[in-house]
Amino acid sequence: MPDSTTAPATTGHPPGPSAPEEAGRRRPAIPLARLRDFALVPAIIVIAIVGQIVNPIFLQSDNLINILQTMSEISLLVLAQTLVLIAGRMDLSLESTFGLAPGVAAWLTVAAGTGPGLGLLPGAWGIPVTLAVGVLIGAVNALFIVRFGLNGFIVTLGMLIVLRGLLTGISGGQTFFNLPESMTYFGSAMWLGVPASIWICLLLFAVGIVVMGFTRFGRALYAIGGNVDAAKAAGIRTDRVLWIVLISASLLAAIGGLLLTGRLASVAAAQGDGAIFTVFAAAVIGGVSLNGGKGTVFGAFTGILLLYMIQNVLTLAGVPAQWIQALNGAIILTALAISRLTGGKSQE
Amino acid sequence: MEEFAGGPASPPPARDDGQVRADPPVAEAEHITKRYGETTALDSARITIRPGEAHALVGRNGAGKSTLVSILTGLQAPDEGEVRFAGSPAPRLSDRDAWRERVACVYQKSTIIPELTVAENLYLNRHDRNRLGLVGWKGLWRKAAELLEAWSVDVDVRRPAGELGVEQRQFVEIARALSFGARFIILDEPTAQLDGAAISRLFERMRAMREQGVTFLFISHHLQEIYEICDTVTVFRDARHILTAPVADLPQGELVAAMTGEAAGLREHAVRPPVPAEAPVVLDVRGLRDGDVYQDVDLRVRAGEIVGLAGLGGSGKTELAETIAGLRAPKDGTLEVAGSRPRPGSVPASLAAGVGFVPRDRHHQGLVPLMSIADNTTMTVPERLGQAGFVSGRRKDALAREMITNLAIKTPGPELPVSGLSGGNQQKVVMARALASDPRLLVLITPTAGVDVRSKEFLLGKVEEIAGNGTGVVIASDELDDLRLCNRVLVMFHGRVVAELTAGWHDHEMVAAMEGVDLDA
Repeated sequence: MPDSTTAPATTGHPPGPSAPEEAGRRRPAIPLARLRDFALVPAIIVIAIVGQIVNPIFLQSDNLINILQTMSEISLLVLAQTLVLIAGRMDLSLESTFGLAPGVAAWLTVAAGTGPGLGLLPGAWGIPVTLAVGVLIGAVNALFIVRFGLNGFIVTLGMLIVLRGLLTGISGGQTFFNLPESMTYFGSAMWLGVPASIWICLLLFAVGIVVMGFTRFGRALYAIGGNVDAAKAAGIRTDRVLWIVLISASLLAAIGGLLLTGRLASVAAAQGDGAIFTVFAAAVIGGVSLNGGKGTVFGAFTGILLLYMIQNVLTLAGVPAQWIQALNGAIILTALAISRLTGGKSQE
Repeated sequence: MEEFAGGPASPPPARDDGQVRADPPVAEAEHITKRYGETTALDSARITIRPGEAHALVGRNGAGKSTLVSILTGLQAPDEGEVRFAGSPAPRLSDRDAWRERVACVYQKSTIIPELTVAENLYLNRHDRNRLGLVGWKGLWRKAAELLEAWSVDVDVRRPAGELGVEQRQFVEIARALSFGARFIILDEPTAQLDGAAISRLFERMRAMREQGVTFLFISHHLQEIYEICDTVTVFRDARHILTAPVADLPQGELVAAMTGEAAGLREHAVRPPVPAEAPVVLDVRGLRDGDVYQDVDLRVRAGEIVGLAGLGGSGKTELAETIAGLRAPKDGTLEVAGSRPRPGSVPASLAAGVGFVPRDRHHQGLVPLMSIADNTTMTVPERLGQAGFVSGRRKDALAREMITNLAIKTPGPELPVSGLSGGNQQKVVMARALASDPRLLVLITPTAGVDVRSKEFLLGKVEEIAGNGTGVVIASDELDDLRLCNRVLVMFHGRVVAELTAGWHDHEMVAAMEGVDLDA
């Protein structure tokens, strides 16, 4: 946390005697702001009931674990995007980072001869390289957006294309197989009978909730997204905070990519392709504002959970796979419309 | 509360340096000079604020008040001169915390983050942390509630700050300033957005805080407020310090005189001949009202007549002019242009009825900066550029050339983007756009804001010429030079027309009327 700017400050009590006694503050038992976090919970319950009616498999633990595991990787992108959106920026390149970070690691570690790998590094380097690539991409984004003041949308759109192209280039459009064991471990291991990727995803979301709700760094993100001038006036080092959040977001995307790589035991050239729309939709449905300063990590989690539950229900209902994508898009748009109607203000 | 008693008794004051006094001034600035390129914003200006006083800083737009505030709050460094707080030199600009302990400013523009709660806004980036290094919300809320209670601000600290009204927001900002330890608060036009009752509550709060040892620097355009709440007043004019005097010793007339400067800008101006009574009425406004913005406005403008709408920001003059131009719809009343009634709130209808319009801010409403002069000047008359919605580049350029000559716009040709022009020439393009449709009625809002003197004279001369050709003109402005050429000027104050001055008025009368001051009082 970059909080060297500690200002203990005086308590602010006036010197003289003052302060009228009546502290008659009307305070609701639960502040409204807190209730908004749970706005999607009723919808999730409804979907669960519908799912159970459609197919009794739905609420069985195997199916629930299945839902959580399929969403665990992409949900890290949602977490990353949520942090960036709250700070009033956006990062489209996350979906490419999701593929490129493990892709570069596979390229360097997979033995030569068995595909596009170079075999330059021993297998143990898989994870460090993945994370380093994530950090590097975040730093490049931050360099353009924060240091050079370019528009974040266009910078990350450019990065999205460049990074996707890089992955296609190094892989020759092929898929990396025979990955080192270190790279497949987290995506495939079971901890206490539950896939490790679920644990990791839940843990990172829990950390996200604590950071955003209970640390000065997290609150600084809200302040920057809400009113950057006021944040500066309050002594927040806005540029540094933005660097950190952009790098953290890319790092989270790299971790997500690593988990998916582990689950599939391969890195396809198209890994992550097209995920960004779902990511944005989940964040917005979960109550995160595209204008910054508003939304919670918990809300974003309920957003992605809802989308994946709906998808699962559709599959269980026997909707042909060819139609799922169109339905999925339609559902996301409907959900956005509903959250706009219930949320009041218009999104821009 | 008579700490200022040692101050000068009459303007202009003797040197009032405070070093030898027992109580050093809370803040003082000496020989402050600040230049921005060619313009000098402050010219060896000074101010001394004594403990416990409420010190007013007045001056017309461009007098250097805002520059002084940004120097006093450490947002900018002066080119020359020195700022001292309680006798010791000001901290470095980068040391924000040190500045915040000495001085705080409540700006007109809110520095509140609307999505966050009041409590969090108060303690942003200095949240209390518990043993785990996490923010302790309960403690934060309690602390914030105590802070507001100590300064008797009754606001629920757990509400989002965006839900607060202007008044409560100001109190929260003042309380936040005090919580940093500052006991010197600058209020930059705090009353501009408040209604009468809220203003008196603000003053009550200020008085209570002064008893608790808080010093205020109070900036306002409304002079009667200064007489109500302040002990000392400092007047700036044209980037210079003019006088500092106890408010009680300074009659309003002298204060207004100090603000305007007798000799300044008093260009001899031929008084326009009165418009013949039989000239047709081109604008007939009856009982126009838009909520609290303006009420009960009646106005008739004849062909060839120039009528001014004077008033300060918030007086409703701009909104009234925008209503006449069709940019806003009134709640009540009728508006007739040259015998027809354009649909209220419709710019195309007003254009069709014969209204030409120069909006208040050329950067926002007047121009599309990256489009060419030709595109900008002909924007209001697409039907003259070709048939069936097509635009003939040849006709457009011909029309634009005509206007470039007519308004003496300095440009190599009509294809240049207007962003490449100087302020004065840009304003001429806006004027050209308004004139392109050969209006029966021309509505101008602050038509000479931010243009050089020569362009200003040219533009105003053009307005007279247009009126001479039989067009009715309405000028909404607080710039005296703009108003001087009017046949008559309606002065607005808090949404009502309070005075009507015919050509030949004195600057003092006009300024006093705009400030809502009765000179005879």
